[in-house]
Amino acid sequence: MSDDRLTISTVSLANFKQRVLLAASNGRFAAMTAYRNDDQMFYIEVVVSSRSEINLIRASLELNQKNYPSLSPQIPAAIWYEREIHDTYGLIADGHPELSPLVSRPTECFKLGRLDKNDADIRGSKVMGNVRGEGVFSIPYGPVRSGVFESIEYRVYSFGEDIPLVEIRPYYKRRGVASCFEKMTVEDGVILAERVEGTLSVAHATAYCQGLEQLSSTRPPKIAELGRVILAELERIANHLDTMVRHTEAAGQAIAYARLSFSKERIMRLRSLLSGSRFSRGIVVPGGLNAPLALSPMAIITAITDIENIMLSDIEALMTTPSFLDRLRNTGKITVAEAAKTGAIGPIARASGSYEDIRGTRPYGGYRYLGFNLAPPMYQGDALARALVRIEEIRQSLHLIRQAADEIAEINPASLNPESWRCNLEIKDGLVVSSVESPQGELLYHLEVSNKKLKRVWVRCASFHNMALFPTAFKGDILTDFAFIEASFGLCIAGVAG
Amino acid sequence: MPWITRGLRNGIVTTRYPRRRDGYGEGFRGAVVVKGYLSDQASGISSVPIADRSEPGSLQAEHRLARQLELLCPTNAIRADSDVVRVDRGSCILCGRCVAERGDIFAFDPSIEVAALSRSLLFVPELTDLEHEREHLREQLGKKVYSLRRSIYVRHIDLGSDGAEEWEIAALNNPVYDIARLGIFFTASPRHADILLATGVGASNMVDPALRTFEAMAEPKIVIALGTDAISAGIFQRSDPAANGIASILPIDLWVPGSPPSPLSIRSAIFLAVDLLPKAKVKEKERR
Repeated sequence: MSDDRLTISTVSLANFKQRVLLAASNGRFAAMTAYRNDDQMFYIEVVVSSRSEINLIRASLELNQKNYPSLSPQIPAAIWYEREIHDTYGLIADGHPELSPLVSRPTECFKLGRLDKNDADIRGSKVMGNVRGEGVFSIPYGPVRSGVFESIEYRVYSFGEDIPLVEIRPYYKRRGVASCFEKMTVEDGVILAERVEGTLSVAHATAYCQGLEQLSSTRPPKIAELGRVILAELERIANHLDTMVRHTEAAGQAIAYARLSFSKERIMRLRSLLSGSRFSRGIVVPGGLNAPLALSPMAIITAITDIENIMLSDIEALMTTPSFLDRLRNTGKITVAEAAKTGAIGPIARASGSYEDIRGTRPYGGYRYLGFNLAPPMYQGDALARALVRIEEIRQSLHLIRQAADEIAEINPASLNPESWRCNLEIKDGLVVSSVESPQGELLYHLEVSNKKLKRVWVRCASFHNMALFPTAFKGDILTDFAFIEASFGLCIAGVAG
Repeated sequence: MPWITRGLRNGIVTTRYPRRRDGYGEGFRGAVVVKGYLSDQASGISSVPIADRSEPGSLQAEHRLARQLELLCPTNAIRADSDVVRVDRGSCILCGRCVAERGDIFAFDPSIEVAALSRSLLFVPELTDLEHEREHLREQLGKKVYSLRRSIYVRHIDLGSDGAEEWEIAALNNPVYDIARLGIFFTASPRHADILLATGVGASNMVDPALRTFEAMAEPKIVIALGTDAISAGIFQRSDPAANGIASILPIDLWVPGSPPSPLSIRSAIFLAVDLLPKAKVKEKERR
């Protein structure tokens, strides 16, 4: 049985845009990509996801045709995707505000003839319009940044304190993940998936494996699916704690920083005790888990309770510290309308009035056995709301881990037989779009298997989708707010750059 | 005010390493080793013969086995010929496939002191005749860092990592590892930095920023390649544009395998780089 109902519709290029707009009016524009098939034709694909199903709309371009109608004027979320397609394949979206380089270096784009000579200086986007005027200067943050951060360049335009525009250049650390997948065997693919976004290894491995499982209509054993839930929720707690730690660091809350990073370290240690890896790598495999969780359900619950007491008490103290809250309140505001317009996902969306959480809307894997109640969203849309949403999610995660551990205990308390955690999986050909709720939001794996080999793997990381929203968050915020806004987005740059 | 008393709760949580062993580090999946296959425990890890030559047809069987072992590894970290099986830790991403499939030959080692002074020292069991090289490198590095012993400033640079290495580096600041108490600090400016911690596969777009960062550092300066990705690009060896680690971009003094290396590994690597690791410790490590 298939988890996500996938509907693939192939339409002509003339009807393409109309078809996408129709689908998007009943769902959410989730992703867009292009590819070149064996017949040398280019195809454009759009994924629209709704509560009950995933729609894949595909249109082919004529041979030697490079243009297709841009979706961006009606669907702002498509702006980055169309820029990425332009960078990668040189396809031109007619009507796009500006197809400036995003994931390729501007000089490279120029070499490939995808950039005018006039634009070939090192310039990023001007999608929001150029900022010019007396006293306007630009501050490059990155790619080598102050502190231990991933490489990315933010170019901040300012005329003193206010920030009217932020440009984002994520291309520095591009590793070419998609091209790497094509050279992998189906079994090795999961190892690469774990390293697309290293901090989200479980989410990626689960999405990848789930895709293969859907293709062969196999469900892993219940115990394995519940084990994946425990690993995934611990990953979520670690990621959410990491954003909190970065907030406290930016606010100079030294003790809170020490306390919360101590809790994060304990979570990481628990993860390594469960799976032998601090990032839970190498345990989620197609067909289930390749080893039983190394701790008994009772031991997991005890460990969680131990960590929870200290962690939640510290967080509560932090969220009543006025000097800290002042930095978050009204910082980096994203209105409900903006979040809806750009199809935001994950905690960012849930802080701006969205119920979008596919653990609740389209439950997958172990979540089907557990009572998962969607928390009501926040509406303020500022950094404080995002922090509160994440704290609530930490609580939910703790609850889910307990539930899953209880369920495992009920299945077979003495189950240490590795065989019962994994089923045999026969690789089948086909196309599937697999989705999981990563800590940053909905993660999509678009897998095509042909002749039992990976033909095409396209990963849409939540961070890529949400990053396009980042410049929108600067409204009357000043330079010192930058660190808070960035931390509150909690993005993984590796996933943005690809 | 409530934060002050809160800060004192839970007592001291900081690890005693390197003065004493760290229990957590001991239980950690740090590296892959080749086990003594003939169960000669006394010799520890040594070159492992993979077949008994006296049997007829053993040569083909040897070759077949060698090939099988090499194919186990998704990143070509296993080098087997008719005499020896070696693991190149610089390519090993700790996926554990070899340990799962051939537990008789490969095993996980809880070692946290995995850093090596040259690329060729990352092979286990060790390539022969490296004793001299190691001594030489250690001496050279010792001379280079002589002036750096008390307070060391570290600058991190990401050349295309997966983001996990950054977490583990940042973890060094948490109270469990707390490297500031040992006189090691992170700095924002490469001008102040003594050590460059470089992570990532060596993405081509980062070459210029990396070189500029390196040039901005004052002498003496040390570059640490952190993580298997940085050493050999790991699973990204097959990516396009091709990546092969950062050795082709920066001159590397110290190689730290791991995917990602644990905070304890990173810290012991920094100690090794600035010659702070107690000598006995190093000896013990070398015996391994």
